[in-house]
Amino acid sequence: MKKKRLWFRSALLAILVLAIGYTIYNSIYEESGTYISKGDSAPNFVLTDLDGNQVELEDYRGKGVFLNFWGTWCKPCEREMPFMQRQYEKYKEQGVEILAVNVSETNVSVKNFADRYRLSFPIPLDKQREVTKAYGIGPIPTTILIDKNGKVVDRTSDSLSEEKIISFMEKIKP
Amino acid sequence: MAEISSTLLYSAFIIYLFSTLFFAMSISDKKNKDAAHTKKWGKVGFISSCIGFVSQVGYFITRWMASGHAPVSNLFEFTTFFGMMMVLAFIILYAIYRTNGLGVFAMPVALLVIAYASMFPRDISPLIPALQSDWLKIHVTTAALGEGILAISFVSGLIYLIRTVDQSVSSKKTMWLEIILYSLISVVGFIVVSLAFKGAGYQSAFEIMNDQNQPVKIVYEMPVIAGPADGKQLDDSFGPLFSTPSWMNGVNASIKLNTFIWSLLSGVILYGLLRLILRKRISAALQTKVNMNSDLLDEISYRAVAIGFPIFTLGALIFAMIWAQQAWSRFWGWDPKEVWALITFLFYAAYLHLRLSRGWHGEKSAWLCVLGFWIITFNLIAVNLVLVGLHSYA
Amino acid sequence: MMQTITCECGHSNPYGTSLCQACGKPLTQDVEVLSSMRYEGSARRSQTYNKTFVDHVWNFFSSVKVGVWLIVIILVAAAIGTIFPQETFIPPNVDPATHYESEYGTLGLIYYLLGFHNLYGSWWFIILLGMLGLSIIVASLDRGIPLYKALKQQRVTRHDQFMKNQRLFSVSKDVEMEEVKYTLESLRYKVREENGNIFAEKGRFSRWGAYVNHVGLIIFLTGAMLRFFPGMYVDDILWVREGEKASIPGTATDEGQYYLENNEFILEMYDKEEKKFNSALSSVDGEVAKNYQSNVTLYKTKPDHTVGEDPELVKVKDGEIRVNEPFKFDSFALYQTDFKLNEFYKMSFELEEKESGKKFGKLTVDLHDPKQEYDLGNGYKVKIEEYFPNFILDEQNEPSTVNNLPDNPAFVFSMYSPETPKGEKAFVGIQKNIESGENQFKMSFAGIETKDLTALTVRKDHTLWIIALGGLIFMIGVTQGLYWNYRRIWIKQNQDEVWAAAHTNKNWYGLKKDVEFLSNKTSLIPLEEKE
Repeated sequence: MKKKRLWFRSALLAILVLAIGYTIYNSIYEESGTYISKGDSAPNFVLTDLDGNQVELEDYRGKGVFLNFWGTWCKPCEREMPFMQRQYEKYKEQGVEILAVNVSETNVSVKNFADRYRLSFPIPLDKQREVTKAYGIGPIPTTILIDKNGKVVDRTSDSLSEEKIISFMEKIKP
Repeated sequence: MAEISSTLLYSAFIIYLFSTLFFAMSISDKKNKDAAHTKKWGKVGFISSCIGFVSQVGYFITRWMASGHAPVSNLFEFTTFFGMMMVLAFIILYAIYRTNGLGVFAMPVALLVIAYASMFPRDISPLIPALQSDWLKIHVTTAALGEGILAISFVSGLIYLIRTVDQSVSSKKTMWLEIILYSLISVVGFIVVSLAFKGAGYQSAFEIMNDQNQPVKIVYEMPVIAGPADGKQLDDSFGPLFSTPSWMNGVNASIKLNTFIWSLLSGVILYGLLRLILRKRISAALQTKVNMNSDLLDEISYRAVAIGFPIFTLGALIFAMIWAQQAWSRFWGWDPKEVWALITFLFYAAYLHLRLSRGWHGEKSAWLCVLGFWIITFNLIAVNLVLVGLHSYA
Repeated sequence: MMQTITCECGHSNPYGTSLCQACGKPLTQDVEVLSSMRYEGSARRSQTYNKTFVDHVWNFFSSVKVGVWLIVIILVAAAIGTIFPQETFIPPNVDPATHYESEYGTLGLIYYLLGFHNLYGSWWFIILLGMLGLSIIVASLDRGIPLYKALKQQRVTRHDQFMKNQRLFSVSKDVEMEEVKYTLESLRYKVREENGNIFAEKGRFSRWGAYVNHVGLIIFLTGAMLRFFPGMYVDDILWVREGEKASIPGTATDEGQYYLENNEFILEMYDKEEKKFNSALSSVDGEVAKNYQSNVTLYKTKPDHTVGEDPELVKVKDGEIRVNEPFKFDSFALYQTDFKLNEFYKMSFELEEKESGKKFGKLTVDLHDPKQEYDLGNGYKVKIEEYFPNFILDEQNEPSTVNNLPDNPAFVFSMYSPETPKGEKAFVGIQKNIESGENQFKMSFAGIETKDLTALTVRKDHTLWIIALGGLIFMIGVTQGLYWNYRRIWIKQNQDEVWAAAHTNKNWYGLKKDVEFLSNKTSLIPLEEKE
């Protein structure tokens, strides 16, 4: 009888402590609603790129994908573009692709920008911000690293140095 | 229709005034001590407060007809309605307990509330989209009724304290009791000062910068003690003696502070005059007049909380949540008004739990009822006028 | 075996009981009958065991005193949170780290540093609410169950000491018991008899009110907690331009993704001339809004829709969204939240020869999708070299854009004509026209088109029904407990005397009226109140 009561009390207290703990945990990481993070499988998407081609993420299965979200008006994005271009040329043959998703800008702005920096990787245009929302992108630039199996390996919102980009490329090289 | 409405409110006010007098007659123990005297004047007082209430209901209905929406949409209308609900709550509790002494204190407090309300702009104003909902009348009226009943617990608690606090020596208790009475007197002071300066047509204008950094003109209707944080006086009338701290929000912050200072000052003068006339503490003077059973007072104030608490919860929290869900897409958003409604709820919840334990009946309980009413008035006045949020009428 | 106390009436009571659960006899010397009546003198379960750590924790939360302290601490914390606006109420584009100090001075800084700017979402506030929930559960279990047993076990015949110590008590002689019984029944008491003694009770269910409302509160708190769990709750905002379609965030399911078209945004103001509101409206600067409304059409994609692709849309329904009138579909609701009037949409220019003022054709630039080149015919054309939707000069004094919203559009045009085949460049913005060198041609402004935007809150809340249920049960419990009371009257024949006692948990005034009525109608001596 006594034992049963102790059991009951311990179980009830434990459940409540767990529930409160979990609530606090969730409240701290609340913004993670649709946040795609490490370990998730990257949601598929289809967008039209600057040249009018359809770019579908699933077509890149088997390759590592360096998925970057950016805008022409964002200075840190601008800074990392030349580094990305240089490393793209090196790692393209090793099976790493860069997809630089532009967040809701006009073709003219993006094209002028791409021409200025001679960017040769595909630039899918997310006019309606649908992919941006699906990936839960807050501040840009945000870079998501996807391995050959379509799993997210890492995610960062830092402005990237060239060394960092190289280390990322190595990480997702198939 | 709008004129009929104001006339009805005015007559309700006068009738309430008379019913206060009748109740006072019923407990005056100088000449007639017999029960018949008490009973007769008590009855007259009760009937007149009922007539006054009917007249005020008439005001409510006619104003509704004139404006096309329930007249609870701005500070004047809401505060008037709150006063009306206090009268209703008093009528209910009088019907149960038949205590004339309660009327002597409850009716003046209700009068004060209604007079205070009429200091706000009384124009019939249109409803902004957020207020266009049936929940406006449901939520506001229920919440006001709950608060009105809880206010009676304050009145009863106050009488209890006047009756029982030892006045032979000066103590912390007598001091606090005087502070409570002084605050009530300050409301009278506010009304007197407002009417006086309005009657004299006093005005002083300032040019200040609003939040968008554009110059706006603000007009004081009382001599300026607290000037705006950063402004230029446009005429050469009196003041200001000092500037309002800049963290006080809104273009009218300094005017509100100035009015507040005037209320306190005039309160001091009125209070001082009363002390001079009475030659003792006001509560001590009142104590000699009040001769009510303290157990009954305790019971009334507890009963008022027991009746008022569920109604308050229903109106100020549950109906509020349903409406907020519909209008703002979330039932709870930690808006200051919401938080203070929750604080009121928690406070009375604590009160009801304390009543379970020994030692919390009687005097302690009466102090709590006073504190509870302070929270309600704070939510009614300060949250609307001082704290910013979705509920700030104005 | 558990320790038990056997009363002289034969009933065996659990350890810790102060009044016998059957006859009410005080089981120890120092028991005060009246104050023990709150829980019928039953043993609060927590008081009986005090052995392990778990029991200590349990006992802590079982105390009403602890519960009241928790309420008071939460109350004070909640009040502190209203001193300055919470983070959610400050302007969205400011940094809270500096905002509180610049706006409210040192106090504001301290407020921010203590984390009070996000008080209601802080870990310690959630812990406080959790502890309150725990206290509600433990205290209710500890009291509710023994109380239920005690009220069920109570006997008609009570111990003399129990009777004598009640607040209302009297001793009479020669009482017609049938009359007493009849009178009590007429007062709607439930009467039981045993050996010529009477026990009458009324409103026992009100004793459960407290426990019912506590159950309601727990359900409510559970619902509030569940919204932190993924999938239960969607809260997003959707901006749509008039005439455009946008995918509604958070509404992707296996059956497809929802889209919304904004057909029209309507803003109506009150007419200042309207007689009713004349005096109120003339006393405010500007206008008072009457209606915010979006007329929308809801669409759905095919189930195999991939994010980002051009959707194949099927119309679902039309709707109107106003403040207070959300638009509902499936488990979602859209609320009118905000709007933006007259956002630049299309800008028109004419190619003009400066000297003659002669015009060589007009072009209209869609600010959301400008073309690279506009051919005006006859060898005249205009090329867009640069486009800055929201023009600004950056730190290096270079033309740049703040973001991608066309709030302050500016262009670098190249103008070509048969006379100037190499092209002339001109920078054109709103009320700006800068040229490099002497140009023969210029772009003259020829009009602007604007569009309104509406902002809608997208909401899904699977916890609503739990919260509503909790609220309902709470209200039932509170009403039950506070609007009714449990009145009991005992009449006991003691040799040639008749003892009467009465008790209620609240509203003694009502009970006194009952016993007054009883003594008036019968030969019972009026019950007297003990001080």
